[in-house]
Amino acid sequence: MPSFMLTDTTASKISSHLTHLRHQLGSPAVGMVLTLVVVCDEASQYDATRAATEAARAHPSRILVVVMRDPAEPNRLDAELRVGETTPGEVVLLRLYGELTRHADSVVSPLLLTDTPVVAWWPKSCPEVPAKDPVGMLAQRRILDARAAPERVQAIAGRARSYTPGDTDLAWTRLTPWRSLLAAAFDQPVGKVKKGVVEASPDHASAPLLAAWLGERLGAPVKVAESGGPGLTCVRLTTAEGDIVISRSDARLATFSRPGQPDRQVALARRPTEELLAEELRRLDPDEIYEAAIRRVARTHKS
Amino acid sequence: MTQQEQGVQVEEAVAAASAAATAPTTEERVAANPLRDPRDKRLPRVAGPCVLVLFGVTGDLARKKLLPAIYDLANRGLLPPGFSLVGFARRDWQDQDFAQLTYDAVKANARTPFREEVWRQLSEGIFFCPGEFTDDGAFDALAMMLAEIDETRGTGGNYGFYLSVPPKFFPVVVEQLKRTGVAHGPAGSWRRVVIEKPFGHNLASARELNAITSAVFPESSVFRIDHYLGKETVQNIMALRFANNLFEPIWNRGYVDHVQITMAEDIGIGGRAGYYDGIGAARDVIQNHLLQLLALVAMEDPTSFDADALRREKEKVLRAVQLPHDLARSTARGRYAAGWQGGEPVVGYTEEEGIPADSVTETYAAIKLEIANRRWAGVPFYLRTGKRLGRRVTEVAVVFQKAPHLPFSKDETEILGHNALVIRVQPDEGVTVRFGSKVPGTAMEVRDVSMDFAYGESFMESSPEAYERLLLDVLIGDPPLFPHQREVELSWKILDPIEEFWATQGPPEDYPAGTWGPASADEMMARDGRVWRRL
Repeated sequence: MPSFMLTDTTASKISSHLTHLRHQLGSPAVGMVLTLVVVCDEASQYDATRAATEAARAHPSRILVVVMRDPAEPNRLDAELRVGETTPGEVVLLRLYGELTRHADSVVSPLLLTDTPVVAWWPKSCPEVPAKDPVGMLAQRRILDARAAPERVQAIAGRARSYTPGDTDLAWTRLTPWRSLLAAAFDQPVGKVKKGVVEASPDHASAPLLAAWLGERLGAPVKVAESGGPGLTCVRLTTAEGDIVISRSDARLATFSRPGQPDRQVALARRPTEELLAEELRRLDPDEIYEAAIRRVARTHKS
Repeated sequence: MTQQEQGVQVEEAVAAASAAATAPTTEERVAANPLRDPRDKRLPRVAGPCVLVLFGVTGDLARKKLLPAIYDLANRGLLPPGFSLVGFARRDWQDQDFAQLTYDAVKANARTPFREEVWRQLSEGIFFCPGEFTDDGAFDALAMMLAEIDETRGTGGNYGFYLSVPPKFFPVVVEQLKRTGVAHGPAGSWRRVVIEKPFGHNLASARELNAITSAVFPESSVFRIDHYLGKETVQNIMALRFANNLFEPIWNRGYVDHVQITMAEDIGIGGRAGYYDGIGAARDVIQNHLLQLLALVAMEDPTSFDADALRREKEKVLRAVQLPHDLARSTARGRYAAGWQGGEPVVGYTEEEGIPADSVTETYAAIKLEIANRRWAGVPFYLRTGKRLGRRVTEVAVVFQKAPHLPFSKDETEILGHNALVIRVQPDEGVTVRFGSKVPGTAMEVRDVSMDFAYGESFMESSPEAYERLLLDVLIGDPPLFPHQREVELSWKILDPIEEFWATQGPPEDYPAGTWGPASADEMMARDGRVWRRL
């Protein structure tokens, strides 16, 4: 993939260079559907860019990776442009130095695709209130990740405080296969659920979310318990006829059991970041179910 | 039997009857599911517990499309725990032999990456039932096997039967399913039968075929697969037309000059000589794929996208289709002769293996249809299909009228054609809009340019195969993408008079392989002052 470095540059130079590159490659009108802004540091830059590029295969995008460098240096903007065969869209790595680190929006805003959605993603640390962040304000959808926080459960319990429609968290996205399997189990008649328990490794951000969702929807108390992991290991729902159990000990294959039926194996693998991101990019409307879940976590969490 | 025993029996019967009366349908159960919420769009539609019985597992379709599609569905988490697949064929096989065939088919043809855990989930539920279709014992064994699977896998008595076999076997298979009682399940469970085209070779045979399946299965349980309707681009026709405000106002006789629907193949008949000869291009392609495309392009907007509403609109427009009076001047048919196709010498149709020298079967068919309603009166729909044409392409082109007045001189717009909106179905799925634009320079010269939206460019890697979508719809019981028997019959009513006319005309006109069909097809367009799009 051709890659071009621009040092000490400006947004308008980057923009015209992008246009020039696309013309050179012979594809002046690419059907890009959104702009994905990734805000991260140098250490997480490589993985985040790779995941975003993979996700862009399903959702052709312009990816702007904003890397915050030393705020004590003189003001400078460096850019790395990647356009080519391996990406359906365009990738621009922006490195911000000096006071510019506090004005990332001034660089990002002129580089957004016209009249298409903007998604912001903080793969590591995120601002206190994402919707009030200068970059977050440009985005319709803001993706966080409680797993990256030092105190994960604490972080997910605090999401409700800063929630603005359009916020979402990858800790919630990771639950979709579990939720889908549980929902499928309830497509068959199931008696009233009396109580439930979600087991996961210690300080797992997704576990309280899953418990909150189940509790909210089933109107029954659902607790979180610790297990040896990896990740989520078990969901047990107690009904009058017996327990509905999904248990997974190897992070790949789960056993599904319900009263009066034989146990069955179900593939339930943990998904890589690019798949999580692709799922987030599919829906750009506010996720009200997520909102209900984080509000419940906030209510029940004892800090 | 004592009185007490009788009393217990009666009680049981009453209890069973009332359970049946109150047993909710699948949709109602799903609606009552506390974990589902229409706002929760992340949760996919997952099929309920069921068994899919596949007849004809050794065929090309099973290996190349169906088995990989089943794996892809499992990989996307859309198959329920306990989903089981039963293969039925005339092979002396064990379960593991069929599992091996499935494994090889998945490895070779699946769209999504191979994952060990998904394969383990799937392979647990793979069974094989050996036997002939005429062998009562084999079907008794199948019935027992299904009952056992319900027991051990918790599939709840829900069976889908996929008849991937030639239609001549339908009567015997359907009869066997009826005889062994697996065609009808207890209350609360479902039975579905899936059949592939051809749905007969004329109106009478289509009705006969339908009589066979409908004698055993109700129409709502019969799923007719036209795999074109499972394609993303075909579904996108509806999104394009009914989700936008840009196209619908001009989607009528006031602006549209004519519509061309093309399905061109570069291959010959290959190994299908036995099936193809006597059937021909029109019955093979126009009756199902092209008339379905016509219906989707020309129909009025349905009140909703449920099966009933959608089928009603398609039926209405198919009913409104009218044949031209003079079939000799508004249809064309051809047959490929030896020639060069894409740099290789190829033989002519009558020299293909298994084709009689005196065959009169056409490999190219073009017809002109009109739709007698307010929207389309006077707008011709040209349908063409052929084998051994220049290249493989399927598209719908809506060609617009020229601007009523051009404030330019004739020289300035000399090379300006008609505006067109083209829906490319395959390959390179997408939409192209063609319109005039000024050529840069000091002179005012206007020339055609294309604006392109390509699904294939970036979306294709993740867009599911047609069979994935259709199989999932069968297992969920969602019929909008499957043609109803009434649509099948209406299509034959359109095609039968043309076929009868052609039968009186002797052998079709030859065209060299690798070209775009016989001269008569071009003449047919020329008579109307139009030309086929060069593809």
